[in-house]
Amino acid sequence: MDNIFIKYSVFILFLPLLAFLIQIFVGKRLPRQGDWVSISAIIITLILSITMFVGMLIEYNPLFSQEASFTWLDMGDFEIKLGFLVDNITVIMLLVVALISTCTHIFSTQYLKGDIRYSRYFAYLGLFTFSMNGIVLSNNLMSMYMFWELVGVSSYLLIGHWFEKDSASDASKKAFLTNRVGDIGFFIGIMLIYTAIGSFAFSDIFEGVSAGLIKGTTLTLAGVGLFLGAMGKSSQFPLHIWLPDAMEGPTPVSALMHAATMVAAGVYLSVRIFPILTPDALLIVAYVGAFTAIFAATIAITQNDIKKVLAYSTVSQLGFMILAVGTGVYTAAFFHLLTHAMFKANLFYGSGSVIHAMHHALHEKHDNETDPQDMRNMGDFRKRMPITHWSMLLSTFAIAGIPLFSGFLSKDAILAGALSFAQHNPQHILLPIFGFSAAALTAFYMFRMMFLTFYGDSKKPELLNDIHESPKEMVGPLVLLGGLSFFIWYTLPYFNPMSTHGWFTDLIIPRDAVVPGNLTAHQIEEGAHHAHYLAMYISIAVAFSGVFVAYLMYIKKVFSPENWAKKAGFLYQWSLNKYYFDENYNKFIYQPTLRLARRISWLDWELYDKYFINGFGRITNVVSRISGKLDYYGIDQVLVDGNGKIINIFGNALKKIQTGRLQNYVLYVTAGVIILMIIQSF
Amino acid sequence: MEYILSWLIWLPVIGIGAIGFIPREKKDLIRITAAVTTGLQFLLTLVLYRNFDNSIGVMQFMERAEWIPSLNISYILGVDGLSLPMVILTGLLFFIGVFVSWTIEKAVKGYYALFLLLNMGVMGVFLSLDFFLFYVFWEVMLLPMYFLIGMWGGPQREYAAIKFFLYTLFGSVLMLIGILGLYFTCGKTFDILELQRIAPTALDGVLWWGISAIKVIWILLFIGFAIKVPVFPFHTWLPLAHVEAPTAISVLLAGILLKLGVYGILRVNYGLMPDGVYWFSGALAFLGLINVIWGGLCALAQTDLKKLVAYSSVNHMGYSLIGMAAVIAAGESNGYNLKAAQAGLGGAVFQMFNHGTISAMLFILVGVIYDRAHHREIEGFGGLATQMPVYTAITALAFFAGLGLPGLSGFVSEAMCFIGAFPVYKGIVIASTIGILLNAAYFLWAFQRVFFGKLNEKYTELPEINSRELFTVIPLLLITLFFGIYPAPYLDIISSTMDVIIEHVVSLSTLASM
Repeated sequence: MDNIFIKYSVFILFLPLLAFLIQIFVGKRLPRQGDWVSISAIIITLILSITMFVGMLIEYNPLFSQEASFTWLDMGDFEIKLGFLVDNITVIMLLVVALISTCTHIFSTQYLKGDIRYSRYFAYLGLFTFSMNGIVLSNNLMSMYMFWELVGVSSYLLIGHWFEKDSASDASKKAFLTNRVGDIGFFIGIMLIYTAIGSFAFSDIFEGVSAGLIKGTTLTLAGVGLFLGAMGKSSQFPLHIWLPDAMEGPTPVSALMHAATMVAAGVYLSVRIFPILTPDALLIVAYVGAFTAIFAATIAITQNDIKKVLAYSTVSQLGFMILAVGTGVYTAAFFHLLTHAMFKANLFYGSGSVIHAMHHALHEKHDNETDPQDMRNMGDFRKRMPITHWSMLLSTFAIAGIPLFSGFLSKDAILAGALSFAQHNPQHILLPIFGFSAAALTAFYMFRMMFLTFYGDSKKPELLNDIHESPKEMVGPLVLLGGLSFFIWYTLPYFNPMSTHGWFTDLIIPRDAVVPGNLTAHQIEEGAHHAHYLAMYISIAVAFSGVFVAYLMYIKKVFSPENWAKKAGFLYQWSLNKYYFDENYNKFIYQPTLRLARRISWLDWELYDKYFINGFGRITNVVSRISGKLDYYGIDQVLVDGNGKIINIFGNALKKIQTGRLQNYVLYVTAGVIILMIIQSF
Repeated sequence: MEYILSWLIWLPVIGIGAIGFIPREKKDLIRITAAVTTGLQFLLTLVLYRNFDNSIGVMQFMERAEWIPSLNISYILGVDGLSLPMVILTGLLFFIGVFVSWTIEKAVKGYYALFLLLNMGVMGVFLSLDFFLFYVFWEVMLLPMYFLIGMWGGPQREYAAIKFFLYTLFGSVLMLIGILGLYFTCGKTFDILELQRIAPTALDGVLWWGISAIKVIWILLFIGFAIKVPVFPFHTWLPLAHVEAPTAISVLLAGILLKLGVYGILRVNYGLMPDGVYWFSGALAFLGLINVIWGGLCALAQTDLKKLVAYSSVNHMGYSLIGMAAVIAAGESNGYNLKAAQAGLGGAVFQMFNHGTISAMLFILVGVIYDRAHHREIEGFGGLATQMPVYTAITALAFFAGLGLPGLSGFVSEAMCFIGAFPVYKGIVIASTIGILLNAAYFLWAFQRVFFGKLNEKYTELPEINSRELFTVIPLLLITLFFGIYPAPYLDIISSTMDVIIEHVVSLSTLASM
């Protein structure tokens, strides 16, 4: 098995890139606009990923790891080595990316049928899969950063797929720039670490940190810097603003990138760098995660756009994962990443299926006004779209944390970690409180979404007759991923629905942090284990109460949501308007920056250049005019011409003695001689 | 091979002679002659590259002849890892420039004669190793540039030309004083290699009016070069000249002439006054920071696409300055951090090449749209992506290169500059990372306004980029991609020379004596 994983990885990495290149250059001219090229490439990638996954299961070695590097650039002492790292985390992540990417490819053949940039769309999917796998496979921070930015570009291109709409092109720009803010932190973190350790490779970094080459505040700052990158990609507060807007992209893209994989890259990075995070850095991470989880959940409960609910739900779930990293149970973060990827991608496919049906129905009615994504136009779709409904329902059970479903296990592991952390550090009791509250809200808003869409009375009964189940290319992924919402896939070969114990926990075992003085993995696990049952009871309780409240509100109509919205007053408005973050960023960041830019530019051009620099010209002009005058009147007229005039005067005087008479001259000569003789005699 | 450098310099003169014999009506023949001349020159630069020995950091292909023996002025040429990439870039961009200017109809004969004269001057500066010769070539560049902007430029061409001329002349006067100062204190020689040996010790401890001679000469020469870079606050000629100049001349200005500044600082200031490097590097990094932020903010505010690209040059050259300052990391006071010095200096030199290709590409692309729409107002376009998909794709790549996207060459050099300077100038580097956000902001915002949204009704007839234009921009694009993915070949050329410069600066500087 020697290095075979690396060889597979090379193919997994470059096949989608190849598909991208083919699509960009000749895609349009191929039959079916070349979608089969992309799909074949991704299916081969999927087969290779599955092979690696099976290989991993056969090995069943938690410490399995293969690495290969090459020198990318070398200037003597300064060199950058790039390379692959394949361990169990990588293998699982590759499978997630390949699986969701394959589903997205297939789903898109119907969802984007007849789109004007159909081949371009598939090209960008290939570029994304390439860059995402690049992040996953990197064994060093440098190439991870590079792929990180490339993922940002593919996201930019795909969010802006329908760039004729201003909202889409705004959203794509916003996504890129917000991510760059995080990336700046990422790069500063890289520089801090490289300066101290002199290498970008994870293995060297871990070694260097445990040897104490970088420690204390510097290490905290480096960790926080890297985490800033994660915050950007994983849309953590206060950099969360781009992800909801990213829903402007086609829905299958939202499923692939903005739910399952790309946004999980931040969590993936945090999991990778977990060993070097200092206690202070971890605390920051934990609070950012916990706050994001609750914060986004409070927005999700009032949104009316089905994709916006899912988007804020994603932000909130990513917050859970980040919270897990912060409280030390980072394998739970990765576990939730895995389960979340499946059920959240599925929820997005489901919403895509619903939107697709709505589009179709509205098209039949020649209705261009009604928003096909607004849940206030839906209701009672259950019988019209049975597969979509069932599939989404399974995933909703999973995300809400209902026992027997995958999300229950992973979320429980996170909450147990947070609870145990608070048990040991009672001053951080807010972390589990945020976590459990967010879990309750999750159950509520997810069932709210389900009830509004699939149950109750149709709010536009005239549309209902035209609502149909989606074609098989779209239903296929729904069935597959809906099935993957059951717990069993993640706990095999065991069948205990209350315990995460299974192949995952056997193969992904927490490592000790390399920062001297941090808790060991064993201590953390011990604590989480103790908190496990308490956490489980609470999370079951909050999940069911969330579902129950949603049931009472939207099915039984015991409380009217409208009344509650009124009672909540400004709180409701804040939530509905996402706490006015966009407005405030615009007011306090974008506009001032633009004003500053304009002022600087004005200063540069109108003031500095026109007055100061050209002032030199003007001064020179004045000086030269003065010197010109001086030259003419002073030097020329007085000095130069003056000489002439004096000579003239003398000349005039002397010309009188120039008589032309010889005897006069003899007289002058004689007089001269006499005068000379007199002078000489002295 | 023996006189290859002379051939490089004097080939354009032969071209000028040939053009002189062609009647002015035969415009295509003139253009072809210019293309053949510059094409041959470019091929020669490639021959030079093939025969260049990467492993040694010393001058190669040296030529030496007496010129004015009574004043000890000689004709000395040579090429090393610092100048070779710039020589190749010069060959390439002048060759491309001929095709970029193909549509110029006004006084074609004069245009190409001046164009080739400029070519000779630039080549001469990069290759000459005698300070007097260097200065002569430096001045030779000025004259054709003045006419090329002043006669073939935009509406404000005369103002722009005279401004460019005076700015640069001001710089060259200071430079001349600096050169003479060196000449008289260092044994009356103009030989740069000789001066590199003599000057560090000869200038040591010399005071002029109570000020260290090193500082005085450093500043005089620095201003001369800084105007070319351009370093804030000597940058205001640039937006005007770039905007008013015809496309090909903007390409050459941004692609090569700006690099003469950085080249000059490294060759002369670093080579002759290592002490000054220590004294000035903090200021250099700081000026780099201002360039980055100031240029970035100005670019963000522009409404004219060409001016935006022009300010992006100010922004991008800032990274180069920051990288150059990192050379002192290898010194004793910074713990002999040779890694950082190599990264920084290598990054600075790489950045100057990358900016050469990227900004050249950007100016060509702006020219393409200007030729079609006859304006450059960013707000005046919109939705071009559907009308000109190929042009859009290429511009997207060029913009992404400009904003330092990994996979394209600009990223590698910017990252190296930052990584190199970080150990020494943490605060400055951290502050200047804001520049990469500004980069992204102004490029993406401009891109959105020009290409996205609904197609502007006026432009439904706009033709796609044509094959001549593609021919000018594709090579640059490929270079940008190639070095972005695999930068090693470039760094191999410069690496040994960078080590020589670092070694020279670090070993000969004696901070105490200043």
